[in-house]
Amino acid sequence: MRIGIPDDGGPLVPATPATAGRLVGLGYDVVVAAGAGAGAGFPDAAYAAAGAAVVPGGEAWAADVVAVTRAPEHLTAPGPAALRPGAVLIAQIAPAARPDLVRELAARGVTALALDAVPRISRAQSLDVLSALSNVAGYRAVVEAAAEFGGMFSGQVTAAGTTPPANVFVIGAGVAGLAAIGAAGSLGAQVRAFDVRPEVAEQIESMGATVVRADDAAQQVSADGYAQALTADQEAAALRAYAVETARADIVVTTALVRGTAPTTITAEMVARMRPGGVVVDLAAPGGGNCELTVPGERVVSDNGVVVLGYTDLPDRMPRHTSELLGTAVANLVQLGTPERDGRLALDPDDVVVRGMTVAAGGEVLWPPPPVAVSAPAAPVPSAEEPGEPAGTPARAAGGARAAGGARPAPSFARWVLVALGAVLAALAVAASPPDQAAHFTVLALAVVVGFYVISHVSHALHTPLMSQTNAISGIILVGGMLQIGSADPVVTTLAVLASAVASINIFGGFLVTHRMLGMFHHSPGEGDRR
Amino acid sequence: MSVESVVQAVYLVAAVLFVLSLAGLSKQETARRGVLLGMTGMGLALVATVALALDRSERPVGVTAGLILLVLLVGAAVGTWRARTVEMTQMPELIALLHSFVGAAAVLVGFGSYLTDPGSAGSDGTAGADGAGATVHLVEVFLGVLIGAVTFTGSVVAFGKLSARLRSSPLLLPGRNWLNLAALLACGGLLWWFLTAGESGLVPLLLMTVVALALGWHLVAAIGGGDMPVVVSMLNSYSGWAAAAAGFMLGNDLLIITGALVGSSGAILSYLMCRAMNRSFVSVILGGFGAEPGVVAQGAPAEQGTYRETTALEVADRLTAARSVIVVPGYGMAVAKAQYPVADLVARLTARGTTVRFGIHPVAGRLPGHMNVLLAEAKVPYDQVLGMDEINDDFATTDVVLVIGANDTVNPAAQDDPASPIAGMPVLEVWQAREVVVFKRSMATGYAGVQNPLFFRENTAMLFGDAKDQVELIVQAL
Repeated sequence: MRIGIPDDGGPLVPATPATAGRLVGLGYDVVVAAGAGAGAGFPDAAYAAAGAAVVPGGEAWAADVVAVTRAPEHLTAPGPAALRPGAVLIAQIAPAARPDLVRELAARGVTALALDAVPRISRAQSLDVLSALSNVAGYRAVVEAAAEFGGMFSGQVTAAGTTPPANVFVIGAGVAGLAAIGAAGSLGAQVRAFDVRPEVAEQIESMGATVVRADDAAQQVSADGYAQALTADQEAAALRAYAVETARADIVVTTALVRGTAPTTITAEMVARMRPGGVVVDLAAPGGGNCELTVPGERVVSDNGVVVLGYTDLPDRMPRHTSELLGTAVANLVQLGTPERDGRLALDPDDVVVRGMTVAAGGEVLWPPPPVAVSAPAAPVPSAEEPGEPAGTPARAAGGARAAGGARPAPSFARWVLVALGAVLAALAVAASPPDQAAHFTVLALAVVVGFYVISHVSHALHTPLMSQTNAISGIILVGGMLQIGSADPVVTTLAVLASAVASINIFGGFLVTHRMLGMFHHSPGEGDRR
Repeated sequence: MSVESVVQAVYLVAAVLFVLSLAGLSKQETARRGVLLGMTGMGLALVATVALALDRSERPVGVTAGLILLVLLVGAAVGTWRARTVEMTQMPELIALLHSFVGAAAVLVGFGSYLTDPGSAGSDGTAGADGAGATVHLVEVFLGVLIGAVTFTGSVVAFGKLSARLRSSPLLLPGRNWLNLAALLACGGLLWWFLTAGESGLVPLLLMTVVALALGWHLVAAIGGGDMPVVVSMLNSYSGWAAAAAGFMLGNDLLIITGALVGSSGAILSYLMCRAMNRSFVSVILGGFGAEPGVVAQGAPAEQGTYRETTALEVADRLTAARSVIVVPGYGMAVAKAQYPVADLVARLTARGTTVRFGIHPVAGRLPGHMNVLLAEAKVPYDQVLGMDEINDDFATTDVVLVIGANDTVNPAAQDDPASPIAGMPVLEVWQAREVVVFKRSMATGYAGVQNPLFFRENTAMLFGDAKDQVELIVQAL
């Protein structure tokens, strides 16, 4: 089959020469529109070298499988008009926001796979472009801010004076927020961050930022790793925290999206209190914006000289790496649909991943998909619509289940009955024994107690030596054997000799092997005095 | 002051030395002193016993002395040879084998004791003509032989499974728990016969021995290879109780004390192992775990999916860039004998200033503490080797985790998936690290037969192939 990579006009391209090579390796003929990769820095020659054919303009739209970064506005445009019925379209479609386009695709008989509707289950992660794009957007947000900010992020000490480091405040520690924290921290800024989900505090700290705490605004630990809408009290408390933090910050990066909609976090009044020259980057601009002054897609300067960036195309501003991530996701999807590596796309419609991504097929609209049953109850399920959502990755959300695992049932009543019964039986046995035997029972009981306390303190690392040592001393049964060797009965003597022989192997072997093992344990050189 | 009373005094000293010896083993710093104390105690006990045996000898002293010397020479020669040549990866087998020796000795001593002092009627010896005393003595003989026989065959099977001479998968006879119960009931019946048989008690004793040998065999045969840490600890405990029972039948306090020490030691180890697997002791002993991988795997959501493969060169790059690394070894490292290259790798990384530590799960390997011994053999400093509780909180701040031949002990399903057969088992939370590299021979499931979602996480990369070869490649690339 033929896979077409048309030029959709933007800087991004859903196949790099490397991933085009992967597609060729899966048995496909790959055709790339001339100049498709130019915006991302991939020349036509590189695609040709990877085994793809470079074709003029619209021809790529006529392929069996067409991959573009974003679905076209309408199928009637000059390029998409060539899309054949029965063809497969792989793109970011945003099916929830664009029902007309989905209907149009279905009417054309196209099988449409939305890269931005991948079910959030762990085996589909390699297809999920939303997290990848959020990451890029978070990074680019800091780069944009740094370009607008009239100073350096890291503090400098020079002969001509010292400059303080920039203060960066990040709202929402999802994928994008954490990426922004990391990027700002690497540039040398002092980063503070806030999230309404208390469980992400340690992720913030692990990225090197300081957690801003507002206890009144803290939510319960979320069950699915996603932020909930705040109550009125919590919202008021959060706004107070934002007001304090924005007033002292040079740069504010806000990434709060609750289930696809953007709550207001930065009021016009807060912007008015920021220092002139400050920068607000609103990653929630696609959802309307967290800042009251945000105009989606635009750069706005407030009356007091604060720059508010509402760019919605942050991933497009890093075309090379964004294209690589998109291209890898497309190649992973095609690989999933080509189990035989024979160049035939055979998508399994019953596979929940494929089903979730398919928004139109066979003339019918298949959006929204049926809900996906998730394996791990703690893993987040809801789909994210836009980059910038504070999404905990499943790996991190899984920590929530930890508390449930350690519980252990209390000893049951039946167990106590058994213990009591055993004690009574033992007491009867002792009482029925002659006095000299009773003394032996005393010795046994004391030795068991002593053994229990002594052994309980053995460190885990020494369990194997402990075992071979106890093995060696249980060879003490040799005493019993040796005392019988002197018996007048030859049968007894034979048995005793055999018993003694095996028991003495135990003694010698056990002690020596323990000694040999312990001889191997040694601590780090130079740290001998530590304990 | 007779020979007897001096010997008793020496026994007391030996018993105290044994207690101190085990106490010394609780810490690395005092462990070697502990072994020496144990050897001293054993030496004293043996000298005293030889004196007592010669004193009590019913045949010419020279013959007895010669036999004792022969026995000690055989024991010293064989024991020393085994101790010097055994490889550390074979420790579990050696220990299981040594357990079987104690069991065999207990059986033989039991028979010897019975033949020396057979019936209840009119025999001399300590039990004397006292009817109750004779019955108690017979019960002691019976129990001693029973425990010894179960220990003997159980340990032999454990040895076979650990040394791969027997299949390590559990043997599942129909109604296996009823078989065990029937064997125990049969032993109870034989005890009754034995007590009432008088002079001809040898027949029920022999029959019981056969039943007990079969019971021991079947008990351990039904338990799978991965539960061996529990089994070996349990057999350790049994061998102690066998020695204690022998002490009762011979009226020897040293044997009772030592047996009780060893018995409780093994019991505690079994308990620790069971807790580390979040399973009850009974469920381990009844066996059959991990026997039906297909069924078990279907019970859990069959989350297959795609995994990411990596190469030794890539891993070397990651390690070069990492500031902190944790290595999590499992039984697979022992199988591949990869501990030497792993230690080499760790030494090189440490020399570069990288923080490298080992995280050991309590049931990693086939013996409690097995991994620690292997790493010690490869000259890894023991303060670099941490237990699960000590290191679990540090994974979140770790750059790279290398999982070498471990599977179930790093399975996130134990925490995330209540339906999983290993749900609730404490595991090493490696997935919290920034990046996890799993060394594995193939995508096969671990001992529990459970698929491991760790392999499909996006921060996990798989490095297939022989662990030893791969680690050596990484060392070269560094």
